[in-house]
Amino acid sequence: MSDELEKLFKEMAQSIIDGDSDISVELAKKSIEMGVPPLDAITKGFVVGVNYIGDQFGAGEAFLPELVMAGEAMKAAVATLEPELIKLGEAREIMGRVVLATVEGDIHEIGKTLVGTMLSASGFEVVDLGVDQPADKIIGKALEINADLIGMSALLTTTMVRQREVIEELDKEGLRPRIKVMVGGAPITRDWATKIKADGTSEDAVGAVQLAKQLVGKE
Amino acid sequence: MRPKLTLLSDEIITRILEEAYELLRCPAVKVQNEEARDLLAAAGAKLYPENQVVGIPAALVQRALESVPREFYLYDYDGNPTVHYGGDDVHFDPGSSGIAILNPDTLEHETTETEHLICLLKVAEQLPQYDAQSTAVICHDVPKDIQDSYRLYLALLYSKKPIVTGAFTNKTVQEMIDMLAVFAGGMEAAREKPRAIFDVCPAPPLIWSNFGAGNLIALARAGIPAEIVSVPLAGAAAPVTMLGTVTQHTAEVLAGITIHQLAKPGAPIVWGGAAAIFDMRKGATPMGAVETAMLDCSYAQVAKTLNMPTHTYLGATDSKLVDAQAGLESGISAMVGALSGINMISGSGMLDFLACHSAEKLVLDAEGIAMAKRLIGGVKQHTDTLATGFYDEKINFKGGDFLKQKITMKLFREEQHLPSSVIDRDSTRVWKEAGSLDAFGRAKLRVKELLASYSQPELDPDQITHLHSYMLDLAKKAGLEELPRLEDLEIV
Repeated sequence: MSDELEKLFKEMAQSIIDGDSDISVELAKKSIEMGVPPLDAITKGFVVGVNYIGDQFGAGEAFLPELVMAGEAMKAAVATLEPELIKLGEAREIMGRVVLATVEGDIHEIGKTLVGTMLSASGFEVVDLGVDQPADKIIGKALEINADLIGMSALLTTTMVRQREVIEELDKEGLRPRIKVMVGGAPITRDWATKIKADGTSEDAVGAVQLAKQLVGKE
Repeated sequence: MRPKLTLLSDEIITRILEEAYELLRCPAVKVQNEEARDLLAAAGAKLYPENQVVGIPAALVQRALESVPREFYLYDYDGNPTVHYGGDDVHFDPGSSGIAILNPDTLEHETTETEHLICLLKVAEQLPQYDAQSTAVICHDVPKDIQDSYRLYLALLYSKKPIVTGAFTNKTVQEMIDMLAVFAGGMEAAREKPRAIFDVCPAPPLIWSNFGAGNLIALARAGIPAEIVSVPLAGAAAPVTMLGTVTQHTAEVLAGITIHQLAKPGAPIVWGGAAAIFDMRKGATPMGAVETAMLDCSYAQVAKTLNMPTHTYLGATDSKLVDAQAGLESGISAMVGALSGINMISGSGMLDFLACHSAEKLVLDAEGIAMAKRLIGGVKQHTDTLATGFYDEKINFKGGDFLKQKITMKLFREEQHLPSSVIDRDSTRVWKEAGSLDAFGRAKLRVKELLASYSQPELDPDQITHLHSYMLDLAKKAGLEELPRLEDLEIV
C-alpha cells in the first residue's frame, strides 16, 4: 500500500472515531477522485474506525454520543460512496437485512435507534419502522424486504409481552428459523428472551451488532 | 453561579470575633511552651507566670492578622502549584494518622505497618479527586521516635502530590523540615515551593501545648506551611452550643496565628480544624455527625470574613465498615465541606472516629468527592441560546435526536461527571453477571486494579539516596539498624 493511501485510510478511520461526518464525507469524495476502490475505502478505512469505537465503548472508554456520532459519520461516508459502488457494479457485502421496531403500545426508541445506527454502520441494511408497531406491520415489512432479522425493542414491562406475540405470529406462519429475532430494552433479560423463544438479546448497541452478525452467520 | 452554603449571619460572625477576642483576654490562653510565652510577652501580652496563662490583647492578634498571607500554594514533585490555599478553592486529601486499617477480606481492623501506608499512597496517587496525599496511617513496625518522619519519607518516595502531614514532637518537626529540605535540595528550595503542610493542634479548651506551640514556631521560622487543627468538642471540651464552640475555635486559632506570626511574620498558615460534637450517649466524637459538619461550615465562614485560607476534617465516618452509614456520612459531609468552600478537606478513607483507614473507602469516597466537586461546579451556560439552538432541521421528534448532535459529544463530559466502576449504573442483568456486588465489593475490585496499575513516580535517584540515608540515620538513632524493606522500590 502506498504511503498516501495508508494515510488516507488512517484519516478515514480517524474521522469516524472523531464522529465527524463532514470530514468522513470529504475523505470519501477524495478517495473517489484518487480512484481508490470504494469497497477498500469502506473496509480498510472507515470500518476500522467503527470497530475501534465499538471496542472502546465495550471497554467503558467511549460513551454513547461518541458511538452515535461514529455511526452517523460512517453512514454519511457510505452514502457518499454508494453511487460509485453502483456505477462500478460492485456492491458492499450486505451483512444482512434487518427490520427494527419498538413494539405496539411503546414509544421508547433511543436504544433501538442506536442499534439501528450501529447495525448500518457495520454493514447491515436497516429498515427502522419507529415506535408503536403492531406485529403485522413488522412481519409485513420483513417479508417485503426479505429480512434476515427482526429486532424488537420494549422499555416497559407492560409492553414487552408484545415481543412474544410477534414471535408467535412468525412461528405460526412458518417464517422461522428463516427470520431470526433479536429482542432488547431495559427490562429484557436473557431469561425472558429464552422464554419467548427469541434468538438472542444484547445489553447494548455494540453487543447487538455482534449478536446480529452471529445470527446471520457472519461471525 | 456557584452554590454556597453559609450558616451564619454577618452580625453573628462579628459577635463571634468580638467574644473570641474577649476569651483571649479572659480567661486567656494557656501556653505551655516557654518560647511562645516569651514571644507573646515581649509583644505586650499579659503573662500570668503561676499558671502559664497568657492574656492576648486584640491589637496583638490584629497585627498578626495583618502579616499573615491570604493565599499560598503547595507544589507537586515537578514543581507545579497544585493546591491553592485561599479563596473558595476546594481540595480533598485522605485523612491522617490512622492507627488501623480495614482488612477488606476479614473485615478486621489491623494494626498498620509500612505496607498499609504504601497501599494507601498508591491508591490515592491515582485518584484525581485527591489533590494531596496525607501521611495517612502510623507504621507500627518502626520505633515511636521516627513514626512521624518515616510516614513523610514513604509519602515522598511513593507520590508526586503535595502532602498533608504533621509531627508528633518538637524534635521531630525539625527533623521533618530537614527531611523536606534534603529532598528538595536545600531549605531555600523547600520554602520556595513547599511540598508539604503540617497539621498543628491546640488542645481544647484554649490550650496551646508545649508541642503545639513549638511546632508553630519551628514551622514559621522554616517558612513551611502550618495548618491549625483546632479540635473543640461541643458539650465536653467546648460549650455545648454551636456558636459557643465556634467562638472557642476562633479564639484558639487566633492565638495560634498570633504565636506563629510573632515567630516569623508572613509565614503561611491555615485556619483549620476538626471540630466535633461530643456524643452524650457514648462519649464519642462523631466525625460523621451533621452537627460536626455544621461546626466546620461555621468556622470556615468566620475564617473567610478574615480572608484566611481554610481546612477541615470531613468526609469521614464513624462506622467500622465501608457500609451504608459510611457512604451517607462521608458523602453528605464532603458535600457540606465543598459547599462551604473549604480549601483542604481531610478525612476521606477514614472509619471509626478517624482511627481506621480503608483503601476501599478511599475509592468510594472519591466518587462522593467527584459529586461534591460537580455540584460546586454549578449549572453553567455553555451556549448562546439556552435551548432553541439545539432544535435544527435534523430534529425528528425522536428520543435519540440529541445524541446525534456534535455539541452533545463536545459538552457531555463537562456537564456530566462520569463515575468509575465503583458506582453501579448497570442493568440488573449485567450487575448479576458481574457477581451481584455491592459498593464495597466493587471498591475491593477497584483497589486491586489501582494497586496493579500503580507505577513508581520517576524521581531523581540522587534525591532518593539522600532522603534514604537521612531516614536511615534517624532510624539508627532510634535504635533501628535497618529500615523496613520496600518491596517494589530500589534504593541504591
